[in-house]
Amino acid sequence: MTTPKELKYTKSHEWVKAEPDGTVTVGITFHAQEQLGDVVFIQPPEVGRRLKQGDECAVIESVKAAADLYAPVSGEVVAVNQEVSDKPERVNQDPYAAWMFRLKPSAPAELETLLDAAGYEKVAAEDKH
Amino acid sequence: MLIFERSRAGRSCSAQLPATVEGRSEIPARYLRAKPPLLPECSELDVVRHYTGLSQKNFSIDTHFYPLGSCTMKYNPRACNALAMLPPFLARHPAAPDDTGQGFLACLYELQEILKQVTGMAAVSLAPLAGAQGEFTGVAMIRAYHDARGDSARREILVPDAAHGTNPASAAMCGYAVREIATDAEGNVDLAALKAAVGPHTAGLMLTNPSTLGVFERHILEMERIVHEAGGLLYYDGANLNAILGKAKPGDMGFDAIHINLHKTFSTPHGGGGPGAGPVGVNARLAPFLPLPLLGERKGEYRLLDEADRPQSIGRLGAQLGNAGVLLRAYIYARLLGPQGMRRVAEFSTLNANYLMAQLRNAGFEIAFPRRRASHEFIVTLRRLKEETGVTALDVAKRLLDKGFHAPTIYFPLLVPECLLIEPTETESKQTLDAFAAAMTEILAEARSDPQLLKTAPHTTPVHRLDDVKAARILDLSWSPGAA
Amino acid sequence: MLATIGARSIDELFDEIPPELRAPPLADTLPALNEMEITRLMRDRAGRDGSWLSFLGAGAYEHHIPAAVWQIVTRGEFYSAYTPYQPEASQGTLQLLYEYQTMMTSLTGLAVTNASLYEGASALAEAMLMAVRAHRSARRIVVPRAVHPAWRRVARTIVRNQGIELLEAAYDRETGQTTPAALEAAARGGDIAAAVVPQANFFGVLEPVDELTDWAQARGAHVIALANPVAMALLKPPGEWGSKGADIAVGDGQPLGAPLAGGGPYFGFMACRKDLVRQMPGRIVGATTDGEGRPGFVLTLQAREQHIRRSKATSNICTNQGLLVAAATVHMALLGPEGLARVARACHANTLDLVSRLTALAGVRRAFSGTFFHETVLRLPRPAAPVLRALKAQGILGGLDLAGDYPELGHALLVCATETKDAGDLARYAEQLARILRKGTRRSTRASRSR
Repeated sequence: MTTPKELKYTKSHEWVKAEPDGTVTVGITFHAQEQLGDVVFIQPPEVGRRLKQGDECAVIESVKAAADLYAPVSGEVVAVNQEVSDKPERVNQDPYAAWMFRLKPSAPAELETLLDAAGYEKVAAEDKH
Repeated sequence: MLIFERSRAGRSCSAQLPATVEGRSEIPARYLRAKPPLLPECSELDVVRHYTGLSQKNFSIDTHFYPLGSCTMKYNPRACNALAMLPPFLARHPAAPDDTGQGFLACLYELQEILKQVTGMAAVSLAPLAGAQGEFTGVAMIRAYHDARGDSARREILVPDAAHGTNPASAAMCGYAVREIATDAEGNVDLAALKAAVGPHTAGLMLTNPSTLGVFERHILEMERIVHEAGGLLYYDGANLNAILGKAKPGDMGFDAIHINLHKTFSTPHGGGGPGAGPVGVNARLAPFLPLPLLGERKGEYRLLDEADRPQSIGRLGAQLGNAGVLLRAYIYARLLGPQGMRRVAEFSTLNANYLMAQLRNAGFEIAFPRRRASHEFIVTLRRLKEETGVTALDVAKRLLDKGFHAPTIYFPLLVPECLLIEPTETESKQTLDAFAAAMTEILAEARSDPQLLKTAPHTTPVHRLDDVKAARILDLSWSPGAA
Repeated sequence: MLATIGARSIDELFDEIPPELRAPPLADTLPALNEMEITRLMRDRAGRDGSWLSFLGAGAYEHHIPAAVWQIVTRGEFYSAYTPYQPEASQGTLQLLYEYQTMMTSLTGLAVTNASLYEGASALAEAMLMAVRAHRSARRIVVPRAVHPAWRRVARTIVRNQGIELLEAAYDRETGQTTPAALEAAARGGDIAAAVVPQANFFGVLEPVDELTDWAQARGAHVIALANPVAMALLKPPGEWGSKGADIAVGDGQPLGAPLAGGGPYFGFMACRKDLVRQMPGRIVGATTDGEGRPGFVLTLQAREQHIRRSKATSNICTNQGLLVAAATVHMALLGPEGLARVARACHANTLDLVSRLTALAGVRRAFSGTFFHETVLRLPRPAAPVLRALKAQGILGGLDLAGDYPELGHALLVCATETKDAGDLARYAEQLARILRKGTRRSTRASRSR
C-alpha cells in the first residue's frame, strides 16, 4: 500500500491529517497495523485531555502486542472516533481512513516537524527485519 | 460439553452434603443471597467422568516430551507428591504454634539451608509465592537497601533486552523506571552499552545466567564490577539455574540477590499454571531486608521468625507461610538428589541440550548462536525457512503436536526472529531426543514439499488453530444458561 | 552423544564458564536418600507433628474435601501440564478454567473473573493497584482495621513503592462492625481511589456492606470487596452490594478444596465489573471457535500481561495457582449450590453452638454484639496465651490469641467451628476450657491466701 502523500507522519508510525477546520485527526500507518496483526481493542485518550507532543495518549492492542500511541503534536483532544473504537478491525481494513482521535493543535508550528511520506517510508523500511 | 450442560436441576452428590442444619441461625435475612449461585448439580460420577475426560485432552510431562524452553519441564517424582500429602502435613493450620509442627518446620529449615548451599548465598527466605514474586522481592530489597542509605537518586533498574517480561514488570511494580541494555551478536549483554548506562541513577541490574538466549554470560564478572562500582546492586533471575546447579553458584558471580524457581529447578509440579515458589537468596548486605517469615533454629528447635526478630524486613508477601506444600515437594526432591545428584542435573541437562542441538544442526536447522555452547536450552531460528517456504515457527510448533510432542517455546526471546527455544531437561533419554530430532527432520521435509500441511496443522488434536482474535474481540469469559 | 556434539567429556560442555566460577562438589551435609529412606524420614516427621482438634480460623479454614478432588487433580495430565499457551494441547485445562470462571462470577455476583492470583492478601494488593489505575487521580485507599492484620501488612509491602497511601478505618467496639462514619473519618476529607469492604471481617462479624458500598461509590471511590467464598454461597454476593454492586471482589479460595497444608498453596480469586476487565491482572480464558467452527478455549487478553506489555503490564504475575483452581472447580462441582450453602450454614450453626457452650463458663463473653458468619471473638477472664497452652496440652488448638494485633480488645480469642466439628468436639472444648479456667481461679485464690 502506498503511503498517502497528503498526510504527515511520526517516527512512531502515526499519521496526521490536517482537517479543514484547523483540527488534526490521528491514526496508525499500514506498516504499523501490519506489524501488530489483527487489532482487537483501542483505548483512545479522553475527550478534553490536553497533550504535549510525544505524550503517551492511547493504546492499541492486538492478540500478540499492545502498542502505545504518542501525541504527534500538542493540543486538546476534541473527539474520539467511536466507530473505530467499536470495530477495531477497521484499522486493519483501511488504516488511513480509520482515524482514532481528533486534536485541536495548540502549537501549529509543530506540524512542520513531522515527517512527509518519503521520510516516513524510510522509517518503515528500517523497522522491518 | 461443559459441566453445566451435564447438570440436572436437583441432582447432587448426597455423600458430600453436610446434614441439614436444624439449628439456629443468627443471620438476618437482609444479609442472605436471594438466589443460589450457578454451580453444577451433578452426581459424583458425572463430575469424575467429566474432569477425567478433560484431563485426557491435555499434553503433560507424564504423557509427552515437553521441551518448553525456559520452563524446565522435567519429571515430577511421584514420591514428592505422596509424601508432601501425608495427613499431618495436610491438616496443619498455618497459625498453629511452632512447637506443634517441628517435623514440618524441620523440612522447611533444611530446604532453606540446601538452597543457601547450592546457590552460595548467605541467607534465604522461602516466602515468595512464585518466580515473579521473587523478582519483586529482590528489587524491593534493593530499594530498601538504597532507601536505608538515604540514596534516593537511584531510580533506574537495568534489564537486558532479552529479559523475560517479569523482570521489567517487577521493577515497575517497585516504582522504578526500566532501561533496556542491548545484546551483542554472540548472545551476551553488550558490555559497552552496560558501561554507558550505569551511573548514580542506577539502582541495579537484573540478569539471568545462563541468559534467556540459552548461553552463559561469559563476562559476568566484568559486568558485576561495572555495576557495583557505579553503586548499583545485582539481581539474579534463577529461571535457568537448572543449567548450572551444583556446577556454578550465583553467589560466586557476585549477585546480591537471587530467586530460584522451585517449579523449574526443583521439579515441583507445573499444575497447568502453578502453584510455584520463588525463594530468594541474598548476601550479607541485603540479609536484613529478607521477607518474612524466615525459618530459624536454636538448639534443635525450629521457629518462624517475625517482625520483632527482623525489624528491617521488607515485610510479608502472602498472609501465610508461602506455598508450603510446594516447599515440601522441593525439599523431598532435593533429598532424593543429594549434592551429587544436583551436579548431575546440570551435567545431563546440558549434555541433552548440546546433543539435541547437534542433532538438529545436522538435520539442517539454523542454530541462533552456532559458535556457542548450549546451556540447558538453545534456540533454533526458522527465519530462512520462512523466507524460503512461508512456514513459520508457529506452523512447526503446531505440526509437532501431530507428531506427539509438545512444542518448544516459540517467539521468546523476542530478539531472535521465528525462534524455537528448546529445553529437553535431564530427565529425558537419548531415545526420546532422537525421536524428537527425527520428527523435526520430517517437519523440515514437509515444509519444503507440502507447506500447506504445516500451515493448517495440527490435524490430530480435538481442535485446530483456535481463533484468538475472535476471543479478544468478542469476550466470552463465562457460560450463562441463556447461551446458545 | 558426546561424539555427535564433538566434545570429549561432559565437563568440556561447561568450558564457557570462567574457571574461577566453577564450583567444587557440594558438601555432603544432607546426603542423598533413596525413596524408601525419604519416605521413612517424612513419615517420622509427620508422626511427630501428629493431629489436633482445631478451632483456628483467621483466614484459613478446615473443611471436608471430597476424596475425588485431589485424586482427579493429581492425575498427571493436570499435575504435570504447563500453562496452556498451546491451546490445542491444553483444552482440558482451558475448559476447566472457563468453568471455574463461570462458577466464580456467579459466586461473586460480578461479570468477569481471572484464573487466579497467588492468595488472598496479595490479591487484595493487586486489587488496590487496579483501583488506583482505574481511578487515575487519587492514590489513597481506606482499609478497615477489621481486615485481617496479615492482609493489611502484605498489601502495604506490595503497594508501598508506588506511592499509594493506606488509611485505617476504626471498627465499632460494641458491634465489631465498620460504619460509613468510620470510613469517612479515615478518608479525612480527601479523594480516595477505593475502600476495602470485608464480608465477613477478621472478627467474623458481618459488615453493613450495602451502606459501606454506597458511601464509597458516592465518594467516587471503587469498592474492593473482600469475601469468604464459602460465605458467598449463603450471603449476598459483592455484585449485589449497595445500589450498584462492588467494583472488584477478591479473597482467598482456600476454603474451596485446598487443604490447610501449613499455609499453602492456596489461591487468590479476583472478579470485577465488565468494563474493568482490561485492568485486571492475571490470566483469563475465553471461549472461541477453531478453523472448522468447533468450540474451544484460549488464553485471551494476553496483551495486558507481563510477557507482552513488560514494564507497562497490569502486574508482573506469570505462574499463578493453577492446580488449586482445578481443585476448587472440582470441589464446587461436587458440592453444588446446595452443598456449599449447607457447609456455610453448618459452620455458622456450629460456631453458634460453641459460643453458647463457652459463654456459659464464668467470665467468658462474646466481644461483639454484631452477627457473625463462622468465627467470633470471645473475651476471657485471663490472658489467652496460657489458656491456649493448657488447651494444647490436651490436644486442642483453641483459637487465635488477638493480644498481639488488637491489644485494645484485652484478653481476646478468635474461635472458629466449621462443619468438620461435631457435638462431641464442642463438648470436649467446653469441658477442657472449664477445667482450665477453674484451675487457674483456684491457684490464684491459694496464692492470695498464702501472702
